[in-house]
Amino acid sequence: MYAFEIERPSTVADAVKLLKQSDENQALGGGQTLIPTLKQRLAAPEVLVCLSGIDEIKGVCTDDEGRICIGGGTTHGDVAAGSGAYPALVWLAQNIGDPAVRNRGTIGGSLANNDPSACYPAAVLASGATVVTNEREIAADEFFEGMFATALNEGEIITEVKFPVPEKANYQKFEQPASRFALVGVFVAKFADGVRVAVTGASEEGVFRWTEAEEALGGNFSASALDGLSVPADGMISDLHGSGAYRAHLVSVMTRRAVEAA
Amino acid sequence: MPKDGGIGASSKRREDVRFLTGAGNYTDDINLRGQAYVHFLRSDVAHGTLNSVDTSAAEGMPGVIKVFTGADFAEVGGIPCGWQVTDRHGEPMQEPPHPVLAQGKVRHVGDPIAAVVAETREQARDAAEAIEVDITDLPAVMDMKEALKDGATKVHDDLTSNLCYDWGFVEENKGAVEEAIKNAAHVTTLELVNNRLVPNAMEPRVAVGDYSRGTDDSTLYTTSQNPHVIRLLMGAFVLGIPEHKLRVVAPDVGGGFGSKIYHYAEEAFCTFAAKKLNRPVKWTCTRSEAFISDAHGRDHVTKIELALDADNNFTAVRTETYANMGAYLSTFAPSIPTWLHGTLMAGNYKTPNIYVNVKAVFTNTVPVDAYRGAGRPEATYQLERVIDKAARELGVDPVELRRQNFITEFPYATPVAVEYDTGDYNATMDKLLEIIDRDGFQKRLEDSKARGKLRGLGVNCYIEACGIAPSNLVGQLGARAGLYESATVRVNATGGITVMTGSHSHGQGHETAFPQVVADMLGIDESMIEIEHGDTANTPMGMGTYGSRSIAVGGSAMVKATEKIIAKTKKIAAHLLEASEADIELKDGQFTVAGTDKSVAWGDVTLAAYVPHNYPLEEIEPGLEETAFYDPSNFTYPSGAYACEVEVDPETGKVTIESFAAADDFGNVINPMIVSGQVHGGLAQGIGQALLEQTSYDADGQLLSASYMDYAMPRADDVPFYQVDHSCQTPCTHNPLGVKGCGEAGAIGSPPSVVNAVVDALQRAGHDVTHIDMPLTPSRVWAVMKG
Repeated sequence: MYAFEIERPSTVADAVKLLKQSDENQALGGGQTLIPTLKQRLAAPEVLVCLSGIDEIKGVCTDDEGRICIGGGTTHGDVAAGSGAYPALVWLAQNIGDPAVRNRGTIGGSLANNDPSACYPAAVLASGATVVTNEREIAADEFFEGMFATALNEGEIITEVKFPVPEKANYQKFEQPASRFALVGVFVAKFADGVRVAVTGASEEGVFRWTEAEEALGGNFSASALDGLSVPADGMISDLHGSGAYRAHLVSVMTRRAVEAA
Repeated sequence: MPKDGGIGASSKRREDVRFLTGAGNYTDDINLRGQAYVHFLRSDVAHGTLNSVDTSAAEGMPGVIKVFTGADFAEVGGIPCGWQVTDRHGEPMQEPPHPVLAQGKVRHVGDPIAAVVAETREQARDAAEAIEVDITDLPAVMDMKEALKDGATKVHDDLTSNLCYDWGFVEENKGAVEEAIKNAAHVTTLELVNNRLVPNAMEPRVAVGDYSRGTDDSTLYTTSQNPHVIRLLMGAFVLGIPEHKLRVVAPDVGGGFGSKIYHYAEEAFCTFAAKKLNRPVKWTCTRSEAFISDAHGRDHVTKIELALDADNNFTAVRTETYANMGAYLSTFAPSIPTWLHGTLMAGNYKTPNIYVNVKAVFTNTVPVDAYRGAGRPEATYQLERVIDKAARELGVDPVELRRQNFITEFPYATPVAVEYDTGDYNATMDKLLEIIDRDGFQKRLEDSKARGKLRGLGVNCYIEACGIAPSNLVGQLGARAGLYESATVRVNATGGITVMTGSHSHGQGHETAFPQVVADMLGIDESMIEIEHGDTANTPMGMGTYGSRSIAVGGSAMVKATEKIIAKTKKIAAHLLEASEADIELKDGQFTVAGTDKSVAWGDVTLAAYVPHNYPLEEIEPGLEETAFYDPSNFTYPSGAYACEVEVDPETGKVTIESFAAADDFGNVINPMIVSGQVHGGLAQGIGQALLEQTSYDADGQLLSASYMDYAMPRADDVPFYQVDHSCQTPCTHNPLGVKGCGEAGAIGSPPSVVNAVVDALQRAGHDVTHIDMPLTPSRVWAVMKG
């Protein structure tokens, strides 16, 4: 680890001020990605702005529209404990990493990092959630911009994520054997006005919606509606854990299973 | 009734109290006054010419004491190899130099180029980044068969090729084997890979070098399975320090699995630098560094042929293996694919003709050496896979095909130069079948099918050779070390005992099991006996722990020393009881004159030895301390039969182990609980190899699976609750305890069962598949099912 300064602001406003002081300053959520990166000396921020002391971005509540609103600084463990009205989201949060990860890692940190194999992006995109920052509200469809890339500006902090609760939903994760991140994860959410299917882990472009499946399931929410549908292997991640063709195949399998289990 | 003490009792592991409560003393817990820290700058390319190493900027960095490069070691010996293999033509293997720090070339990612010693670890690391290294990249030699082609890039320019040796065993068998294969009714051929493994002991390696200017003594604290071996290799061959000026201490060690047998450059560096700088120098390996600096295991590419006659009797086995040595010869690397592999190719079977050919090859990868099982898993895997394939080709029951060919009469001299003293392969197979309810398999298969899963059952046998010996034989085979073991039994005045053993415990439970033996022999409580190991200053010269040798060889030395103690205490007791020595009996810690009620207690006798007021001084010396060195007359041959049931998800290719059963014959068993634990651990490692552990290099020699993000270690939920049994016991005929060794069996015996089971599942489901290379990851299994 290179030497760095650490700041522990207690309000979002103070955190934003610190982050905007220099491009070399870096927000620290639960540190489940950033700390290992620092230990490997792959990042060298001058100042780490620790968000874990900001109480206003922690916790889970329900708004007037019935949406589950999760503070950006809420740990996976607290997401699981507080989101009982959305069982698929609870299951997802309960199955990220191990207890140590779930007690430190935060939903805001995960979304801001947008790891192509992370679980939350699939939930946010499939739910049509809204990502709230200190500056604005960003629709899920506008938020994810490819591997490790998001619509967030420098110094912009995720303060809240608002999840509409679907009629039915399910998340299926096929784990990469070593990291146990999603080799392919599929989140299916059925709303009154349609079905959304989001896929993580598979694509070189990061999380994506499988619109073909959404259309098929919109008319007939059953696994058989997916017969004959598949995503192309081109553009899928290919590595020592599986080829693009394997991942494309798993997208179909996991989608089918999510529909059956929803 | 289970015993509550002594041989055969499941005494609780006394060392676990300190391990589980954070009271252990591991090498990284050792911090010496004035200690400096070293960081190694390692090559990030697999192969290149080292043009220059400019340390000038680094030397001026804060806290830097000195920066060392290869030039500082020009006058120092290289890291030695402990075994010289002679090839098919009677020529010695090619043995390249292995400098402590790279000289002239770098040969694998991780090869140390320079070492920065600084006041803190972070300062050393900072300064290492300021070293300017100029390397001209060379093509990486990665594929073993390509490496042997004419004109291939050479890993070592001074060698004639990348071939370390071309070994034939037994060369005289070759013609008969060819003839038998030609005349066979059926020949089954299988080409397979035994996948390279990264050992990943829980505790990474650590070395602390210390030097006393006042006495000119050097001390090395290190994570070693065999401190005396390190003292000899490093002292005599690298640094030129005689044993009496060099102490090596291996305190609590958190797992080894072979990877901590070897003498590593970092150990020599810390010892060397401590003297140069007159300060203790400490190195603590990170997990990332371990992936590219600990010797790896396995990495064989093999073609095996099994010939059978019309009645399905095995008539010949011929096998050709390419064994990856990596970039340098690690301490025992040459012996693994040869003497620990070729000699086991008879397995449990009376195959009359066997020929083994092994080509050992240098590549630009981390050196490869023994890893739990060491050669024997490679032998077992290919043999048990080809037998399974033959059974399927012939349409016969894989269990019956094995039984039909079992060796049933002992001693049995194999065509590959070893003599099995004892065994009962039908007994372990019977026990296995009793455990696994084979008749119920069809029902379980239907249940799986109802859940949309495929199910398969795989069975295999194994034999291993433990306690490699005797020394005069292994010397002829090329070992540059003896393979005896030592023990000193020191009885204290009030009767307590310290046993100083040359064996080393790094998880095996010696501190519990060894006292059970001595307690049993003397009839005293186990708690009166303590084991010391790991410090060359207070233990007799010993060869350490590997190859499942500790109880068979180290335990036997302890028995011999204890026998001497018994003989002497009987003399003392006879004197105290005014009786004839021949009439003295030792039972339950009491010396009794046979046929009388005259007795004297253990403690009275031991006290007399040290307070010899009433003592036969004219006959025997005072004191009560005896040492024995034990050199076995043969290997021991544990054996067993294993079975695995798997489910395969036909949609994803994911394999889950539904059950795993192991019926082992370890001869006599000292502590059944510890033995079960050893088998459990070995099975987890074998299952890890079969399903998960994938060491992957790219064509440029970069290790792709260089962290736990990509290298999958088995976790608790990857393995089932095992069914293990070691009630089949044919005692070893040539050691005093009748023990055989149990440390590696699980890792040796389990991979073939797993693969056999998956092939079985896929074939039952109609897939045209005869083999899948390990690890059987979901993507590989899926690709095979897809065709």
